[in-house]
Amino acid sequence: MNFTLGKLTGWIAAAALTIGFLLAMSWLAIGPAQHAVASRAAAPGGLVDGLFYAVAGLTVLGAAGVALMRSILYSAIGLLMALLGVGSLYVFLSADFLAVTQLLVYIGGVLVLILFAVMLTNRITDVEVSNRSVGLWGGAMLFVAMAPVLLAMATVTPFAVREPEVVLATTAAIGNAFLTKWLLPFEVASMVLLATLVGAVVIARKELKAD
Amino acid sequence: MQISLSHFLAVGALLFTFGLLTVATRRNAVGVLMGIELILNGANVNFAAFNHYVVGGVSGQVFALFVIVLAAAEAAVGLAIVLAIFQTFKTIDVRHADLLRE
Repeated sequence: MNFTLGKLTGWIAAAALTIGFLLAMSWLAIGPAQHAVASRAAAPGGLVDGLFYAVAGLTVLGAAGVALMRSILYSAIGLLMALLGVGSLYVFLSADFLAVTQLLVYIGGVLVLILFAVMLTNRITDVEVSNRSVGLWGGAMLFVAMAPVLLAMATVTPFAVREPEVVLATTAAIGNAFLTKWLLPFEVASMVLLATLVGAVVIARKELKAD
Repeated sequence: MQISLSHFLAVGALLFTFGLLTVATRRNAVGVLMGIELILNGANVNFAAFNHYVVGGVSGQVFALFVIVLAAAEAAVGLAIVLAIFQTFKTIDVRHADLLRE
Protein backbone atom coordinates (compact mmCIF):
# COMPACT_ATOMS: atom_id res chain seq x y z
CA MET A 1 0.00 0.00 0.00
CA ASN A 2 2.70 2.39 1.02
CA PHE A 3 4.78 1.39 -1.94
CA THR A 4 1.99 2.02 -4.45
CA LEU A 5 1.31 5.41 -2.88
CA GLY A 6 4.95 6.38 -3.29
CA LYS A 7 4.90 5.15 -6.86
CA LEU A 8 1.76 7.15 -7.58
CA THR A 9 3.33 10.29 -6.12
CA GLY A 10 6.41 9.74 -8.21
CA TRP A 11 4.39 9.39 -11.38
CA ILE A 12 2.37 12.50 -10.57
CA ALA A 13 5.55 14.46 -9.91
CA ALA A 14 7.06 13.26 -13.18
CA ALA A 15 3.93 14.19 -15.10
CA ALA A 16 3.80 17.63 -13.47
CA LEU A 17 7.44 18.21 -14.30
CA THR A 18 6.98 17.21 -17.92
CA ILE A 19 3.90 19.37 -18.32
CA GLY A 20 5.68 22.27 -16.64
CA PHE A 21 8.63 21.89 -18.99
CA LEU A 22 6.38 21.86 -22.04
CA LEU A 23 4.41 24.84 -20.72
CA ALA A 24 7.55 26.81 -20.05
CA MET A 25 8.91 26.00 -23.47
CA SER A 26 5.73 26.94 -25.30
CA TRP A 27 5.22 30.04 -23.18
CA LEU A 28 8.70 31.36 -23.83
CA ALA A 29 9.03 30.17 -27.42
CA ILE A 30 5.61 31.08 -28.76
CA GLY A 31 4.43 33.70 -26.33
CA PRO A 32 6.87 36.55 -27.04
CA ALA A 33 6.85 36.01 -30.79
CA GLN A 34 3.10 35.87 -31.10
CA HIS A 35 2.10 38.90 -29.11
CA ALA A 36 5.41 40.55 -28.53
CA VAL A 37 4.02 44.04 -28.04
CA ALA A 38 1.02 43.30 -25.92
CA SER A 39 2.36 40.48 -23.82
CA ARG A 40 5.47 42.23 -22.53
CA ALA A 41 3.35 44.82 -20.79
CA ALA A 42 0.31 42.72 -20.06
CA ALA A 43 1.99 39.39 -19.38
CA PRO A 44 1.81 38.70 -15.72
CA GLY A 45 5.40 38.70 -14.61
CA GLY A 46 4.15 36.65 -11.71
CA LEU A 47 3.40 33.63 -13.88
CA VAL A 48 6.85 33.45 -15.42
CA ASP A 49 8.41 34.13 -12.04
CA GLY A 50 6.36 31.43 -10.37
CA LEU A 51 7.28 29.02 -13.13
CA PHE A 52 10.93 29.88 -12.65
CA TYR A 53 10.76 29.30 -8.92
CA ALA A 54 9.00 25.98 -9.44
CA VAL A 55 11.59 24.80 -11.97
CA ALA A 56 14.52 26.05 -9.91
CA GLY A 57 13.09 24.41 -6.80
CA LEU A 58 12.70 21.08 -8.61
CA THR A 59 16.24 21.37 -9.95
CA VAL A 60 17.75 22.01 -6.54
CA LEU A 61 15.54 19.33 -5.01
CA GLY A 62 16.78 16.83 -7.58
CA ALA A 63 20.38 17.80 -6.92
CA ALA A 64 19.82 17.38 -3.19
CA GLY A 65 18.30 13.98 -3.92
CA VAL A 66 21.41 12.96 -5.84
CA ALA A 67 23.57 13.91 -2.89
CA LEU A 68 21.45 12.60 -0.04
CA MET A 69 19.36 9.62 -1.19
CA ARG A 70 20.42 6.30 0.24
CA SER A 71 19.67 4.16 -2.77
CA ILE A 72 21.68 4.78 -5.91
CA LEU A 73 18.54 4.27 -8.01
CA TYR A 74 16.77 7.14 -6.23
CA SER A 75 19.86 9.22 -6.85
CA ALA A 76 19.47 8.52 -10.54
CA ILE A 77 15.86 9.72 -10.39
CA GLY A 78 17.06 12.87 -8.62
CA LEU A 79 19.61 13.36 -11.38
CA LEU A 80 16.79 13.08 -13.90
CA MET A 81 14.89 15.85 -12.10
CA ALA A 82 17.97 18.05 -11.91
CA LEU A 83 18.87 17.62 -15.58
CA LEU A 84 15.29 18.25 -16.69
CA GLY A 85 15.17 21.37 -14.52
CA VAL A 86 18.42 22.67 -15.96
CA GLY A 87 17.00 22.13 -19.44
CA SER A 88 13.97 24.22 -18.50
CA LEU A 89 16.25 26.93 -17.10
CA TYR A 90 17.92 27.11 -20.51
CA VAL A 91 14.51 27.92 -21.96
CA PHE A 92 14.18 30.78 -19.47
CA LEU A 93 17.55 32.02 -20.71
CA SER A 94 16.30 31.94 -24.33
CA ALA A 95 18.84 29.23 -25.19
CA ASP A 96 16.52 26.94 -27.11
CA PHE A 97 19.15 24.87 -28.90
CA LEU A 98 20.97 24.32 -25.62
CA ALA A 99 17.74 23.17 -23.98
CA VAL A 100 17.04 20.60 -26.69
CA THR A 101 20.65 19.44 -26.63
CA GLN A 102 20.42 19.03 -22.87
CA LEU A 103 17.32 16.93 -23.34
CA LEU A 104 18.88 14.77 -26.06
CA VAL A 105 22.38 14.32 -24.68
CA TYR A 106 21.81 14.24 -20.94
CA ILE A 107 18.37 12.70 -20.54
CA GLY A 108 18.58 10.51 -23.62
CA GLY A 109 22.24 9.61 -23.40
CA VAL A 110 24.08 10.16 -20.16
CA LEU A 111 21.22 9.31 -17.83
CA VAL A 112 20.37 6.12 -19.69
CA LEU A 113 24.05 5.20 -19.62
CA ILE A 114 24.19 5.81 -15.87
CA LEU A 115 21.05 3.75 -15.25
CA PHE A 116 22.56 1.04 -17.42
CA ALA A 117 25.72 1.06 -15.32
CA VAL A 118 23.67 0.98 -12.12
CA MET A 119 21.76 -2.07 -13.31
CA LEU A 120 24.90 -3.80 -14.53
CA THR A 121 27.11 -3.26 -11.54
CA ASN A 122 24.90 -2.89 -8.52
CA ARG A 123 22.98 -5.26 -6.39
CA ILE A 124 19.96 -2.97 -6.33
CA THR A 125 18.45 -4.37 -3.19
CA ASP A 126 21.69 -3.96 -1.29
CA VAL A 127 21.52 -0.59 0.44
CA GLU A 128 24.99 -1.05 1.83
CA VAL A 129 26.53 -0.49 -1.58
CA SER A 130 25.48 3.14 -1.79
CA ASN A 131 26.32 4.25 1.70
CA ARG A 132 28.55 7.23 2.24
CA SER A 133 32.05 7.14 3.64
CA VAL A 134 32.86 10.62 4.85
CA GLY A 135 29.58 10.57 6.66
CA LEU A 136 26.91 13.09 7.33
CA TRP A 137 29.10 15.44 9.35
CA GLY A 138 31.81 15.87 6.77
CA GLY A 139 29.26 16.41 4.06
CA ALA A 140 27.28 18.89 6.14
CA MET A 141 30.45 20.81 6.98
CA LEU A 142 31.44 20.91 3.31
CA PHE A 143 27.97 22.15 2.37
CA VAL A 144 27.92 24.80 5.10
CA ALA A 145 31.36 25.98 4.02
CA MET A 146 30.61 26.12 0.29
CA ALA A 147 27.00 27.11 -0.23
CA PRO A 148 26.82 30.47 1.64
CA VAL A 149 30.01 31.72 -0.01
CA LEU A 150 28.84 30.88 -3.50
CA LEU A 151 25.30 32.19 -2.89
CA ALA A 152 26.61 35.43 -1.43
CA MET A 153 28.93 35.84 -4.40
CA ALA A 154 26.06 35.23 -6.79
CA THR A 155 23.76 37.75 -5.17
CA VAL A 156 26.12 40.50 -3.98
CA THR A 157 28.54 40.91 -6.87
CA PRO A 158 27.48 43.82 -9.13
CA PHE A 159 27.71 42.32 -12.58
CA ALA A 160 27.46 44.65 -15.59
CA VAL A 161 23.98 43.48 -16.53
CA ARG A 162 22.60 44.77 -19.80
CA GLU A 163 19.05 44.66 -21.08
CA PRO A 164 18.61 41.14 -22.50
CA GLU A 165 17.22 41.14 -26.00
CA VAL A 166 14.48 38.70 -26.95
CA VAL A 167 16.30 36.15 -29.05
CA LEU A 168 13.98 34.21 -31.30
CA ALA A 169 16.05 31.23 -32.38
CA THR A 170 19.72 30.68 -31.71
CA THR A 171 20.26 27.56 -33.82
CA ALA A 172 21.43 29.34 -36.97
CA ALA A 173 23.71 31.66 -35.01
CA ILE A 174 25.22 28.71 -33.14
CA GLY A 175 25.79 26.82 -36.38
CA ASN A 176 27.53 29.80 -37.91
CA ALA A 177 29.64 30.28 -34.82
CA PHE A 178 30.67 26.61 -34.85
CA LEU A 179 31.76 26.68 -38.46
CA THR A 180 33.54 30.03 -38.44
CA LYS A 181 34.87 31.26 -35.13
CA TRP A 182 34.99 27.96 -33.26
CA LEU A 183 35.94 25.68 -36.13
CA LEU A 184 39.13 24.31 -34.56
CA PRO A 185 37.53 23.48 -31.18
CA PHE A 186 34.63 21.92 -33.07
CA GLU A 187 36.95 19.59 -34.97
CA VAL A 188 38.92 18.82 -31.82
CA ALA A 189 35.65 17.94 -30.10
CA SER A 190 34.81 15.50 -32.86
CA MET A 191 38.25 13.90 -32.45
CA VAL A 192 37.63 13.68 -28.71
CA LEU A 193 34.31 11.95 -29.32
CA LEU A 194 35.92 9.47 -31.70
CA ALA A 195 38.69 8.71 -29.22
CA THR A 196 36.06 8.32 -26.49
CA LEU A 197 34.07 5.90 -28.59
CA VAL A 198 37.08 3.69 -29.21
CA GLY A 199 38.44 4.08 -25.69
CA ALA A 200 35.19 3.18 -23.98
CA VAL A 201 34.88 0.00 -26.03
CA VAL A 202 38.49 -0.96 -25.35
CA ILE A 203 38.19 -0.36 -21.60
CA ALA A 204 34.81 -1.97 -21.03
CA ARG A 205 35.11 -5.13 -23.10
CA LYS A 206 35.80 -8.43 -21.48
CA GLU A 207 39.43 -9.33 -21.43
CA LEU A 208 40.13 -12.42 -23.51
CA LYS A 209 42.53 -14.56 -21.62
CA ALA A 210 45.25 -15.92 -23.88
CA ASP A 211 46.14 -19.28 -22.47
CA MET B 1 10.43 39.87 -7.60
CA GLN B 2 11.68 39.95 -11.16
CA ILE B 3 13.97 37.03 -11.93
CA SER B 4 17.47 38.21 -12.70
CA LEU B 5 21.01 37.02 -13.17
CA SER B 6 21.47 36.33 -9.46
CA HIS B 7 18.65 33.80 -9.41
CA PHE B 8 20.28 31.69 -12.10
CA LEU B 9 23.69 32.04 -10.47
CA ALA B 10 22.16 30.88 -7.19
CA VAL B 11 20.74 27.77 -8.86
CA GLY B 12 24.10 27.11 -10.48
CA ALA B 13 25.88 27.54 -7.16
CA LEU B 14 23.52 25.12 -5.43
CA LEU B 15 23.94 22.56 -8.23
CA PHE B 16 27.70 22.87 -7.92
CA THR B 17 27.62 22.52 -4.16
CA PHE B 18 25.40 19.45 -4.21
CA GLY B 19 27.60 17.95 -6.92
CA LEU B 20 30.68 18.54 -4.82
CA LEU B 21 28.89 17.02 -1.84
CA THR B 22 28.04 13.96 -3.91
CA VAL B 23 31.59 13.54 -5.18
CA ALA B 24 33.01 13.90 -1.69
CA THR B 25 30.66 11.61 0.19
CA ARG B 26 29.69 8.82 -2.20
CA ARG B 27 31.50 5.52 -2.09
CA ASN B 28 29.69 4.26 -5.15
CA ALA B 29 31.65 5.06 -8.31
CA VAL B 30 28.46 5.64 -10.32
CA GLY B 31 27.33 8.09 -7.64
CA VAL B 32 30.60 9.98 -8.00
CA LEU B 33 29.98 10.23 -11.74
CA MET B 34 26.50 11.62 -11.04
CA GLY B 35 28.10 14.29 -8.85
CA ILE B 36 30.45 15.25 -11.68
CA GLU B 37 27.47 15.63 -14.00
CA LEU B 38 25.84 17.95 -11.45
CA ILE B 39 28.99 20.08 -11.22
CA LEU B 40 29.20 20.43 -14.99
CA ASN B 41 25.51 21.34 -15.15
CA GLY B 42 25.99 24.05 -12.54
CA ALA B 43 28.81 25.52 -14.63
CA ASN B 44 26.61 25.31 -17.73
CA VAL B 45 23.78 27.21 -16.06
CA ASN B 46 26.26 29.96 -15.27
CA PHE B 47 27.51 30.03 -18.85
CA ALA B 48 24.01 30.37 -20.27
CA ALA B 49 22.99 32.96 -17.65
CA PHE B 50 26.01 35.18 -18.23
CA ASN B 51 25.51 34.82 -21.96
CA HIS B 52 21.92 35.98 -21.68
CA TYR B 53 22.30 38.77 -19.14
CA VAL B 54 25.83 40.11 -19.62
CA VAL B 55 27.55 39.19 -22.87
CA GLY B 56 24.92 38.64 -25.52
CA GLY B 57 25.45 36.72 -28.74
CA VAL B 58 25.93 32.97 -28.60
CA SER B 59 29.50 32.57 -27.30
CA GLY B 60 28.41 31.35 -23.89
CA GLN B 61 25.99 28.87 -25.41
CA VAL B 62 28.73 27.54 -27.68
CA PHE B 63 30.97 27.06 -24.67
CA ALA B 64 28.14 25.32 -22.83
CA LEU B 65 27.73 22.99 -25.81
CA PHE B 66 31.41 22.09 -25.65
CA VAL B 67 30.98 21.36 -21.96
CA ILE B 68 28.05 19.08 -22.78
CA VAL B 69 30.16 17.24 -25.36
CA LEU B 70 32.97 16.75 -22.86
CA ALA B 71 30.51 15.65 -20.18
CA ALA B 72 29.09 13.01 -22.50
CA ALA B 73 32.58 11.78 -23.35
CA GLU B 74 33.52 11.75 -19.68
CA ALA B 75 30.41 9.81 -18.76
CA ALA B 76 31.08 7.18 -21.44
CA VAL B 77 34.72 6.64 -20.46
CA GLY B 78 33.93 6.88 -16.75
CA LEU B 79 31.22 4.27 -16.93
CA ALA B 80 33.48 2.02 -19.00
CA ILE B 81 36.09 2.32 -16.25
CA VAL B 82 33.42 1.56 -13.65
CA LEU B 83 32.46 -1.59 -15.54
CA ALA B 84 36.12 -2.61 -15.77
CA ILE B 85 36.53 -2.03 -12.02
CA PHE B 86 33.43 -4.11 -11.39
CA GLN B 87 34.79 -6.96 -13.48
CA THR B 88 38.08 -6.86 -11.61
CA PHE B 89 37.02 -6.27 -8.00
CA LYS B 90 33.38 -7.48 -8.09
CA THR B 91 32.39 -4.20 -6.43
CA ILE B 92 32.25 -0.55 -7.45
CA ASP B 93 33.12 0.81 -4.04
CA VAL B 94 35.84 3.33 -4.83
CA ARG B 95 37.73 2.53 -1.62
CA HIS B 96 38.35 -1.02 -2.73
CA ALA B 97 40.03 -0.03 -5.99
CA ASP B 98 43.43 0.41 -4.36
CA LEU B 99 45.59 -2.07 -6.22
CA LEU B 100 48.30 0.54 -6.86
CA ARG B 101 48.72 1.32 -3.18
CA GLU B 102 50.50 -1.86 -2.22
